[in-house]
Amino acid sequence: MLEVVNLSKHFGGVRAVDELDFRVEAGEIFGLIGPNGSGKSTTVNLIAGIFSPTGGTIVFDGEDITEAPPHVTLHAGIARTFQNIRLFNNMTVWENLWVAQNSAEQKRTGNPLARWMGGSRRAAAAVEEYLDFSNLAHKRDELAGNLAFGEQRRLEVARALAAQPKFLLLDEPAAGMNLEEVKELDERLRVLRDRGVTILLVEHVMELVMEVTDRIAVLNFGRKIAEGTPSEVQQNQAVKDAYLGAGEGGADA
Amino acid sequence: MSDFTWGLIQIVGVHTILGLSAYVILLTGQVSMAQAGFVAIGAYVAGMLTVLAEWHIIPSMITGGLAAAVLACIVGFPALRVRGLMLVVATIAFGEFVRLFWFNFDYRIAKGDIVVGPEGGEGFKQIRFFPENGWTTQDVAIFIWIVTAIILAALWWMDRSRAGKVLRAVGEDEMAAQSVGINLTVVKVSAFTAGGFIAGIAGALYAHYTTHIEHLNFDILMATFAIAYPILGGLANVWGTLFAAIFIQVIVIEVLRDLGDVRNLMFGALIILVMNFLSHGLFSAQVVRKLKEWTRLGRPSDA
Repeated sequence: MLEVVNLSKHFGGVRAVDELDFRVEAGEIFGLIGPNGSGKSTTVNLIAGIFSPTGGTIVFDGEDITEAPPHVTLHAGIARTFQNIRLFNNMTVWENLWVAQNSAEQKRTGNPLARWMGGSRRAAAAVEEYLDFSNLAHKRDELAGNLAFGEQRRLEVARALAAQPKFLLLDEPAAGMNLEEVKELDERLRVLRDRGVTILLVEHVMELVMEVTDRIAVLNFGRKIAEGTPSEVQQNQAVKDAYLGAGEGGADA
Repeated sequence: MSDFTWGLIQIVGVHTILGLSAYVILLTGQVSMAQAGFVAIGAYVAGMLTVLAEWHIIPSMITGGLAAAVLACIVGFPALRVRGLMLVVATIAFGEFVRLFWFNFDYRIAKGDIVVGPEGGEGFKQIRFFPENGWTTQDVAIFIWIVTAIILAALWWMDRSRAGKVLRAVGEDEMAAQSVGINLTVVKVSAFTAGGFIAGIAGALYAHYTTHIEHLNFDILMATFAIAYPILGGLANVWGTLFAAIFIQVIVIEVLRDLGDVRNLMFGALIILVMNFLSHGLFSAQVVRKLKEWTRLGRPSDA
């Protein structure tokens, strides 16, 4: 479904992402892990269209989206969340979802009059569904900036879902969450996968990644050092070295 | 009421429209110091249409607004590339460019035994549509407020519609707005165009109630007033801008007239205070929310 080929992004002399290849198949939860500064977020930003790559291609659903700006990748079916939560803080929870749902709906139907032809009612109904799914229904009139941290994370995922994507890019959705919240997130991700949403999960919280993903790619210094199922990756020596910061020869730890 | 009072009502109306023109653009997080330039275009174009072409005020006003909108749309594109302080500088430069254009613009024709039209540095005198058609100061004030009410209503409605949410989303966080599928180019240029149109309307009204305009009217002070109203009033809704325009023009400038130049100092101090202590203006989204809660006290809470 998503195919990243030979993708590179250099910032000056820094090779943030270096000749990266991976494939995410439809219907799976694909993990992208690696130590700090290994290029995970840069990869997400390249796919989402925030950055334009130095080299390589990104193909989504048979469509080349290498140079597509963010609003175009969204309409192609890729929605995302941010590592540092980016909500519309002075807008209510409901408005945050509504604005996302609406611009996606309008683009999809290609009918600017859609909202006078029942589109507005459909949008409102869809927003209710995401409110319920994210357990935020009781906060609908609260300003997004006033929400607790965990609620903001949930809202951001809900806002991405409101665009009705085929593919979800989640950049560290569990950062700062407690164990219980991580568990809830785990369940939500599974529900989404069962509904047919493909997910690329960038995450540091290993309890979540090892539990929920089907396959994992591990990055270090912008390069892929391993790929496989969670158990395969856990056994991989290169991965252990990268995470334990082993020097020459690989220290035992 | 005296002519003085009706005159003041006219000024407040036009300044409200001026503030609303900046409000639309500020919603997207852009600070435009070009509003005085757009006002000048509306003022001169509409003035020439009523004086030289002898049109009625309403089509002249709309044409003046459209002319300003076209320019604003053109300014909107470079504004996409610069942001923050650089956008302020770029829009000031544009405003000055427009002002100096009218400073050098001379186009007069004979009308009966007098010569009328814009006369460069001398300004554009005898924009006498209202007195020639027997409109009293009161009639003009009411006309201005009908236009103000229409613009207030249109923007209030827009705020509640999808368009308003999209503008606000861009103002809140451009990157997040893009990531929910909003095209920044379209939104920012549209905001500039709408702001230019509204400023042009304000200019058309201004030219006709003062009957005499010159390039110096459209200086940086007018541009500052334009952004001061929505900044002071807050961007939660259009009423903040209306309130700020009334407050500044009636209280600070008229009621305290005896204080003379001290008022300028107060105006400056007020803006500094608001920006430091109420960075989202007097009526921010947070404050409006609280006000709504208070006025809903009778209703059972659903918390």
